[in-house]
Amino acid sequence: MNMETIHTRIWQEEPEPDNAFAAASCHCHGYDVYGDLLPNASWIEYLFLLFRGEAPSLAQARLLEGLALALANPGPRDAAVHAAMCGGVGGSPSASCLMAALAVGAGASGGAREVRLAMEDWLARGTDAALWQTGLAATPVDNPADVWPAPGHAPGFDPHGVRCTGPVRQTLAHLAGLGCGPSLPWLQAQRPLLESAAGLPLAMTGVAAAALLDLGFTPAQGEMLHLLLRLPGAAVHALEQKDYGHKKFPFFRVELENDPGPAGAGLKTEDRA
Amino acid sequence: MKGPQRLEEQVGRLVTHMGAVFPGERAVFRGHDLHASLKDLGWLELYLFGITGRRFTPQQMSVLQAIWSYTSYPDARIWNNRVAALAGTARSTGTLGIAAALAVSEAQIYGRGVDLRAIEFLARAKVHVDAGEDLAELVRAVLKSERGIAGYGRPIASGDERIGPMMALVREKGLDGGLHLKLAFEVERILIAGRWRLRMNYAALTAALCADFGLSPREYYFFGIPAFLAGMPPCYLEAADKPAGLLFPLPCRVMRYEGVPRRQLRR
Repeated sequence: MNMETIHTRIWQEEPEPDNAFAAASCHCHGYDVYGDLLPNASWIEYLFLLFRGEAPSLAQARLLEGLALALANPGPRDAAVHAAMCGGVGGSPSASCLMAALAVGAGASGGAREVRLAMEDWLARGTDAALWQTGLAATPVDNPADVWPAPGHAPGFDPHGVRCTGPVRQTLAHLAGLGCGPSLPWLQAQRPLLESAAGLPLAMTGVAAAALLDLGFTPAQGEMLHLLLRLPGAAVHALEQKDYGHKKFPFFRVELENDPGPAGAGLKTEDRA
Repeated sequence: MKGPQRLEEQVGRLVTHMGAVFPGERAVFRGHDLHASLKDLGWLELYLFGITGRRFTPQQMSVLQAIWSYTSYPDARIWNNRVAALAGTARSTGTLGIAAALAVSEAQIYGRGVDLRAIEFLARAKVHVDAGEDLAELVRAVLKSERGIAGYGRPIASGDERIGPMMALVREKGLDGGLHLKLAFEVERILIAGRWRLRMNYAALTAALCADFGLSPREYYFFGIPAFLAGMPPCYLEAADKPAGLLFPLPCRVMRYEGVPRRQLRR
């Protein structure tokens, strides 16, 4: 085991002449970050470069930009944003709110795990309608040796949906029109067939998986990006609920199915005291 | 019922048999009054009661307690502990550092990922042997298909310093007769006698003990979540007591760049 070296293909630094702990220059995948990328690249191009190791084409940059916008805020009803708001409303540190959003938004139902699983499906099935129909008809398999609970539905589809929602259709139509990769246009054309095979409408996770695949990301990279790209909404809703305060935040009604009743019910008044 | 109707039914309510607080009055924990019938439970007993709904014998409780204690190392080099320590040196909060360190403990090569695979393997082995099948055959098949057996071999060292003290305690408490425990040692014998030379590590031992105490793989996973916890605050505290940034400072020279040569963005 090497105890002292960090191997990296991503990052290269030269130290300041008088301080080994301060970088005089930083290169990312060969590009000078502060001398070349900062004046010449957009944030989304840099994000693509970081993950893929190559600068994006114009179409790729547009697609990642569009995906980032579509994912940035799933809104306060989303479980990950709800979790972040639970942090905000009690005055938890900002990082706690984002950690809450990450933990919940990591899941296999509506979260980054679902995107990863959907991307794995895409890699296995490509644009072969027959493979998709067979795969979607099969029940997801539980692996008891895995820390991840078994997915309860076909990844990329809405387990409680009735029809493909407006935002999902609009996102798919926009991203499919950007001319980058085969998956999104195929998904756009085959959506009714896939939805019928899954018995569920397409969800935003399904669109994200196709887009991430068309951008050349691996399922693991797609999972990471989905976690990252949804944080802005979690952040602002956490901050907003902190301002509103807990009295304006839902607490819900409890229905306890096995209530033993008050412990002191049979006691005398002096015992209770 | 499906789709949004299923969701509609649950709007604004929490239907539960796990518990609730009636503020200013009482709290119910799995059908029991927390401050009355459960008031004398130790914290670990309550934690396990929360997971399983069951109670354990005093002998089992001391082994379960030791399972955590014997693997709580305040060594800030260990990857999960290092997260807590780095939070200290970076002057983050203790809760953030330790919560993140616990999250990192759900690793594939140690911690919760191994725990779950280890207990699942032992459960499978028991079913296999109960059906009269050959254990060595299962070991060979798993090694072939999964390229290893969770709980055998270790990423950093070959031996495991936790096994001796744990087995001493298990024998002292008279809990060394469980079937999963026997199987765990039998698997080690097979692995040592064969060409694999993999020794049992703590994960297989603790998984076997917990399986013998009746924990399901899922219950065992939840039991294990705070396993490394006691070692983490010392790592944070020492780093936080030193001047900021003094823990594991990395000069530029530690990075070995192995990527593409320098180039310019084309516009």
